[in-house]
Parts: sequence; structure tokens; C-alpha cells
Amino acid sequence: MDKNYLDTVRNSKPTQFGILLVLFFALYHLVPHNDGNYFWRLPSLLKGIPLAINNVIFSALYDWFPLKVWDPIFEMYEEKAAFREFTKAVSQGLLFLITFVRELLLGGDKIIDVFVNDAWLKENDWLSWPALPWTAGAVGAFILGYQLNGFRLGLLGGIGAVYIAIFGNWVPSIQTLSFVLITTPICFVLGLSFGIWGYLDKKVETALQPVLNVMQTMPQFAYLVPIIALFGLGDHAGSIATIIIATPPMIRNTILGLKRISPEVVEAGLMSGCTKSQLLFKVLIPTARRDILNGVNTVIMQCLAMVVIASFVGAKGLGLNLKIALNSLKIGKAAEAGLCIVIIAVILDRFTKAWANKPVDYFENLTLFQRHRSLIIFATAILVFSIIAFIANGYFDKINYLYIIPIEKGLTIAHYIDAGVDWVWDTFFYTLNTFNKFLLTQVLGPMKKAYLGMPVISTFTLAMGVAYIVGGLRTGLIVGGMLLFIALSEYWDRALITMYMATFAVLMASLNGIIVGSIFSQTERGSRFILSVCDFFETFPSFVYLIPVIFLFNITDTSVLIAAIIYATVPATRYTVWGLKSVPLSLHEAGTMSGVSRMQRWTNIEIPIAFPTIMLGVNQTVVFSLQMVILGALIGTEDLGQIIFGALSRTKDGAGVALTLGVFVSLIAISVDVIVRKWAEDRKKALGLL
Amino acid sequence: MKKLISLFYALVLFAGLTTVAKAADPIRIPVLNWSSQIVTAHVMKQAWEEMGYDVELVPAESATRYEAVRVGELHVAHETWQSTMAKPMYEAMDKGGLIDAGSHPAPTLEDMGVPQWVIDENLCPGLPSWEALKSDECVANFATPDSEGKGRWLEGPYEWHTDVMPNRLKGLGLDDKWMVKFAGSADALWAELAAAKKEGRGTVIFNWTPNFTDAEGFVFIEFPPFFQGCRMEDGGSVETTGCGSPIGWLKKAAHIKFPITHPSAYKFYTKMEFTSGNIGEMANYVDNGGMTHAEAATAYIANNRDQIDLFMK
Repeated sequence: MDKNYLDTVRNSKPTQFGILLVLFFALYHLVPHNDGNYFWRLPSLLKGIPLAINNVIFSALYDWFPLKVWDPIFEMYEEKAAFREFTKAVSQGLLFLITFVRELLLGGDKIIDVFVNDAWLKENDWLSWPALPWTAGAVGAFILGYQLNGFRLGLLGGIGAVYIAIFGNWVPSIQTLSFVLITTPICFVLGLSFGIWGYLDKKVETALQPVLNVMQTMPQFAYLVPIIALFGLGDHAGSIATIIIATPPMIRNTILGLKRISPEVVEAGLMSGCTKSQLLFKVLIPTARRDILNGVNTVIMQCLAMVVIASFVGAKGLGLNLKIALNSLKIGKAAEAGLCIVIIAVILDRFTKAWANKPVDYFENLTLFQRHRSLIIFATAILVFSIIAFIANGYFDKINYLYIIPIEKGLTIAHYIDAGVDWVWDTFFYTLNTFNKFLLTQVLGPMKKAYLGMPVISTFTLAMGVAYIVGGLRTGLIVGGMLLFIALSEYWDRALITMYMATFAVLMASLNGIIVGSIFSQTERGSRFILSVCDFFETFPSFVYLIPVIFLFNITDTSVLIAAIIYATVPATRYTVWGLKSVPLSLHEAGTMSGVSRMQRWTNIEIPIAFPTIMLGVNQTVVFSLQMVILGALIGTEDLGQIIFGALSRTKDGAGVALTLGVFVSLIAISVDVIVRKWAEDRKKALGLL
Repeated sequence: MKKLISLFYALVLFAGLTTVAKAADPIRIPVLNWSSQIVTAHVMKQAWEEMGYDVELVPAESATRYEAVRVGELHVAHETWQSTMAKPMYEAMDKGGLIDAGSHPAPTLEDMGVPQWVIDENLCPGLPSWEALKSDECVANFATPDSEGKGRWLEGPYEWHTDVMPNRLKGLGLDDKWMVKFAGSADALWAELAAAKKEGRGTVIFNWTPNFTDAEGFVFIEFPPFFQGCRMEDGGSVETTGCGSPIGWLKKAAHIKFPITHPSAYKFYTKMEFTSGNIGEMANYVDNGGMTHAEAATAYIANNRDQIDLFMK
């Protein structure tokens, strides 16, 4: 009897979870709430960490390895740290590249200025690179699209460019584009190098994993302060912030692509007598081309998703315009800028995908003209449109519309968007207000209290217990270790508030995502539609809806959560569609033959089979929710995000505080990730899907 | 692909070499996210360009720009408000590299207040005197779902003045009737202002003058007068911490090498003094006149040519 009972516990996960819950609640109610009690709150032993990190950064910048640098202004030698000179050189190099592309397209004399004497340039003010007329730009986009995948893609590129131009967003869009065009190759080179290194050396790959995890899950605002300290303000700083978030997917894709190559390919290469580097560059990388280019695609999307955040450290372009518009509550104008970001994203996304899927023709035998046909056409277009624009100079008296349409003269739909926001307010405000009151007093308030009233021992029991049941002792210890790091700081209460908001957002977003995804994946067309909606919301800057939610829900936790739920529903929906699409057709048929109803098929066949994939979507939802909850500090929260934002104005220890708290948020996300990933893997194995 | 990569490396190398050699800098002015600051930046840009300087506008954040000015990333920080920005400015000054280039004559006030319609609709009889906040019917008009029956003060982000407002409520004996909620950003404050107006609901928010809200009417609550040392962090006690905000300054900060690298621009900068009226005019061109920031600056210079000429002399 006794032994039997133990066996049941050992074999039944539900029983184990049941016992864990009982334990959790017992501890919750039994542990007294007083500060001296270590079961209630741990002492903040790691309080000194932020300041220590900060001191390291500042010592590196101002004290270590001093160099004597001649200061031509004060005419004396100044002591400057070598590291600071290095970061300065990096910044200047980056800034030069971005300005170079920008001036190539928009005109100017800054690049020329680098090469010639200042005084001479001032005397010869005709010396300035001319801007590309937007008409020629649109033709260029069309030709590029046509070249990559035929007429339809060309049309997409051309129409997108025309839209951007006639709505007056040409200049900021090109500024943003030049930012992307420089940041992407850097991420590409870094990602490819680290990816190859990780592929060649198993140890490196293992070491890279945790670093990549932290880079991808850390709220972007956390590393803005250190970046300002290290690299200053400007487009280059925005670019560096973007590189941090956009390089990890490139590394992962490279490793994935190289690992997927079948050994026969490698053997064939070796048999043809390849050297090591030939094998790598002539055989392996071309074979993994598709995965690598998919990585490039992800990098570009990340760059565009970062545009607004990059403007917080000095990047110019659409992001900055959006931020300024929002500050004077011009939601329509901000949404227009956001729309341009989405358009650029869609065009670049389709272009890179077409490029990834374009087969390489090894046997083409073309004449010089055939090979360079599109380049010649493009050059002619530039010439023709420049001449037209030049002639039109006489016709337009002040602004040459064939050259660049300035923002205040472009078409606009801003007032329709504003009217739309007003309409939503007029129609739904009072209903939503009642709902808001109910939610705040009946659900969110009590939930927050419950989280804050949780003794540290019961939080650990629950988290480590779940990890142990799902993944064994090792997983349990990993999760416990990560949480311990947070619990030993002075920010545990704030972390609990972040967790409470993230939990609510994840639950709601997952529920929404699974329902919406299931409904739309019934038909092929439906799933295509909903996947494009997901693409839209992933690149449409979430800042735009931070303000309208305040109109509707006031400055409360509800506003933050609504914004988080909108944003975090995206991955849940996407993975649900993918998961349901991957259910084998034979299973559908088997179900139909056994006479299940539509609903039964959904609950008993499709969802269980797709569930491991859906859970990976939920995993992403956790990351997305945390990002938005932290961003919710812009509305007003009392969690980790408030401090991370506040760190922007703490000159003394801001960099250290922001980084430490950013890592805390990462640790929360990674803890969930460890558990969910393990569970999904086991489940897939059990279902025979792996 | 290989060609692309080597071209890329060549460009990086080249960029590194050329840019380091360049000594003469353009003047870099930070652009923040509120109208008057941006228009002033454009006014300075246009005036300095007229004087023959190269000028660059750099998007920045309100508080972090002082560190940037200190290390010479930026040359100026031209709109520095006492109560929200004095701390980061003086911290940067302590570390060395930032200098004070004088004040604007505009007196600034940053305090809690209510929009004009709250007074018009008599939502809290007796305002603007703070004593009006004691009455229960007033409190009820300012309660929100998450304020647990208390009236709500919407303060700016916590890092602006940390515990000054919660302490003030305690000092005035109002903390059992009112609570303080911290908004996350200035945007959130304006959104609350617009939302409350739409709904016709009362709201007490943190605001300042000169600001674009002056146009629609904003009334600051009259608290017991400020005196040196009344606040908790300056050594005050619960009895004195109920004091209001001081009339503050609006300063201009500069990088320490700015007077040497760009002498006439620095002279202009020290002489540049805008009154509340000037600042209001600049903000008004954009917020109500529908101009872009650059157009507003051109219009301002055209309208106030004498003043700008005086700064240039």
C-alpha cells in the first residue's frame, strides 16, 4: 500500500503538481510577514552590484590605460583613457557610414567636407552632392523588386516608395533606411562570424547560448544608458543599440543553417580537394544560404522594430518624428510615421525573402548589356528624372514637388486617424470605463496584493518545484539560481509587480492568440491574412498605441496591460496558426471517419497535437509581454521598468542600475523559457513529432 | 558577397582614419521632445548659421544630455529647468566639463495645479487655495478606480522630484484624503489632461509654466509659500514640508571648451535671454499655428529681428 502510493506520486505529474500547490499555499499562509524573517524576504546582499558595474564602466572610460592626447584647443596634453578613444573611433566610423549612405540619397556636403578644407568648402558653396529625386527612388525600388521576383514585387516596391513620397515622409524614411542599410550589414558580418565560430567549436556554441538569451530578452531601455555613456548620442548610438538586439537571431540562424547541411555535401567538398577555407566559403555557406538569408531578414525586421527606441539615443528619421508627434498628442501624425515604418519593413521583408529564394544560375551566359540591364535603366531613370526635376525648378516657385515633398505639404490622413480615435472614445468610453473600474478593483488590485503578499520561500517553492517536476533537478536548480539573484537585490518587490503584470498579460494574450489563431487557420486564406496582420503589429511601433490607451483607460495598470496584450498576442497567434497547420491531414481524416464534430476535432485532435508548438508561442509571448510591461513605465508603473526608465536621468549610477535591472527582467524570461522549452520537447517526443 | 564585405571593411577603416583627422566641429545642439525647446534649438541653429558656423541638431533625452555636454558630445543644453533638471546638471558639473552660461529672464513655476475648466465647473469650490482640497466633496471629484476612494494627484515621473509630493500631502495633513500617482512621462501627463477634459472629470496634475498648456488655461494651486529648507531633503520637518514650489530659474549650460572653439557663438549664447512671452510665442507657432519647428524658428527670428541682432553683436 505504502509503496504503491509512492509509485503513484512518482508516475503522476498531476499529483506532483497538486502536492506542490498545497505546499505553496501552506507556506503562503504560514510564513509571517515581517522584514527580519528570511522566509518572507531575503536580505539585499547584492545591493552593491549596480554601483560596482557603474564604476567599472566609468573607470574604463576615464581612468584605465591613460594615453596622452594632444588637445589642439587648450594646447596641452590631456590624459584620456584608451578605451574611450576606442569607443570614440567606433562611433565616428559608424556615424560616417550612416551619413555616407544618407547623403548619397538625400544630398548634402558633410561627406565632401571630410575630404576638403573647411574654408575652401565655404567659399565654394555650389559643392554639394545633389539629392536623389523621389521619382527616381521609386523607379529604383521598382527595378530592384522586378529583378528579384518579377513584376508584382516591383510594383510593391514602387507603390510603397510613391506612397511614402507623396505623404511627405520621404526624408525621414530615407534617414531611417540609411540607418537600416548600415546596421544590417554589421549585424550580418558579426552574426556570420560568431555563427561560424560557434559551428566549428562546440564550446563556443555552449558559451554563446546564455549570452544570446540575455541579449534577446533584455528590455532595450536597459542598455540605452550604458550606450550613451560609452558611445554618446547620435545615429551611431541607435545603431549600436540595434546591433545588440538584432545580432543574436543572425548567429542562431547561421549555426542552424550550417548544422542542417547533410554530411554528403561536406564529403563531396572534401573529395573535390577543398582546403578548409574553401570548404567553408565555397561549400558550406552557399549551401546554408537560405537559412543565413532568413537570418538577414530577421535582422532587418529587428532594425525596424527598434527605430523608435533608437531615437531615444539620438537616431534621426521616422522614429524621432513619431516621438515628437506623440509628445503633442498628435496620434494621427505618429500613426502615419508608424505606417511608413511598416511599409519599409514589408518591402524589405519581401525583397530579402525573394533574394533568399532566388536560385543561383550557374550557367548564365550574358552579354555585358544583359548583365547590367537594370543598372543601366536605373542610371537612365536618375538622369531623366533629375533633368525633369531641374526643369521643373522654374515652374514651382518655392518647393520642387518633383524633387522632395516636405512633410507639411504632403498628403495626410492624420485627421481621419484622429477622428477614428475620437469616435472610439465617444462610442466606447463609458462602457470601457465601467469595465476598467471592475477590472481594477476586482481583478488587478487583488492580484497585485496577492503577488506582493507572497513570501519569498513560497515563490521559490513554486518556481523551483514546477521546474523540477518538468525538467528534473538540474532545471530546478537553474531556475532557483536565477531567481535568487533577483531576490538578493533590493528590487524583489518591484520584480513581483513586474511578474504580476506579465502573468496577466501572458494569460490574456495566449488565450486571445489561441482563439484568434484557431479561427483564422480554418482556411488557407484566413491563415495567410492573420499572419500578415501579425507582421503588421510586430513592426508597427507600439509607442503609437500607448497614448490612445491612456485616453480610454486612464493612467492605470489597465492601460499598460492592454498595450502589452495587443503586442504579445502576435506570437501566440502566429505559433497557433503554425501549430494547427502542422497537424497531419491523415489525422483530420481519421477523426472525421470516427464521426467527430468540428468542435470535437478542434479540442481532441488539433489542439493537443499543436500544443507543444503553441507553447513555444506562449514562450515568445512572455518575452513580448515583459518588453511591453517595462515600456509601460512611459504610462506610469511601479515596477522594475519605472527604475529602468528613471535610470536615464541618474548620471551617477544610471548605467549600472539599468543594466542590472535589465538582466533581472531577462532572468525572469529565461526561467520561463527553460521550463517551457523542456516541457515542449518532452511533449513532442511523447506525441512522436520529433 | 565577398566583394561587399571587403568594401565594407575598407569603408570602416577609411571612415576611422578621416574623421579622426578632422578638428573643426559643427556645433551640436540637443533636440528634446517638447515644442519650445525644439524651436529654440532651431532659432539658435539659424542664427549661428547666419554667423558662419556649422550646426547640427542631435536628438537627445532631457536628463542624459548633461553627461553628453560634459564629455563634449553636445555643446549646449539650452533649456534647463530648475526643479527637474538641476540635479543632473550639477552632478555633471561636479564631475567637471560643464559650465553654467547664465539664465533666461523667464521665471518658471513647476507645481501641482488644475486645468481652467475644473475651476469653471466648480469641481472643487475654493481653489486655487490649497485649503479647498480638505473638503470631502472635492476629494470625491478627483477619485479614480485605483485610488481607493482618495483623490488623486498625478505627479510627473518619480525621478523628477522623488518624494516631494507625497511628503507635501503628509505635511498638509491631506494624506488620508489624497494620494500621489506617478505618471511615466510628460506625454502621459498631456494625455491625462486631454482625457480628463473630454470626460469632464476633475484632475490635479503636475505642470509648469511657460508651457503650451498656458494657452488653454491652467491654474496652479496656491500652497503655503516656499522657503529655503522647508522640504524634507533640505532638512525640513513634517510641519514645514507642506510648502509649495519655489519660483525657479531657466538656465543654459555649455561644454567647457565651447567658449574657445566657437567664441562668437558662445557670446551669443550667454547674451541669449528669452522671456516667458518669447518662449510662449515659439511654442504657439507650432502647437497652435501648425508650423514645423524650423518654420516657427524662421518666423520668430523675422518677428524679433532686433532681439536676435542684439544677441549677435
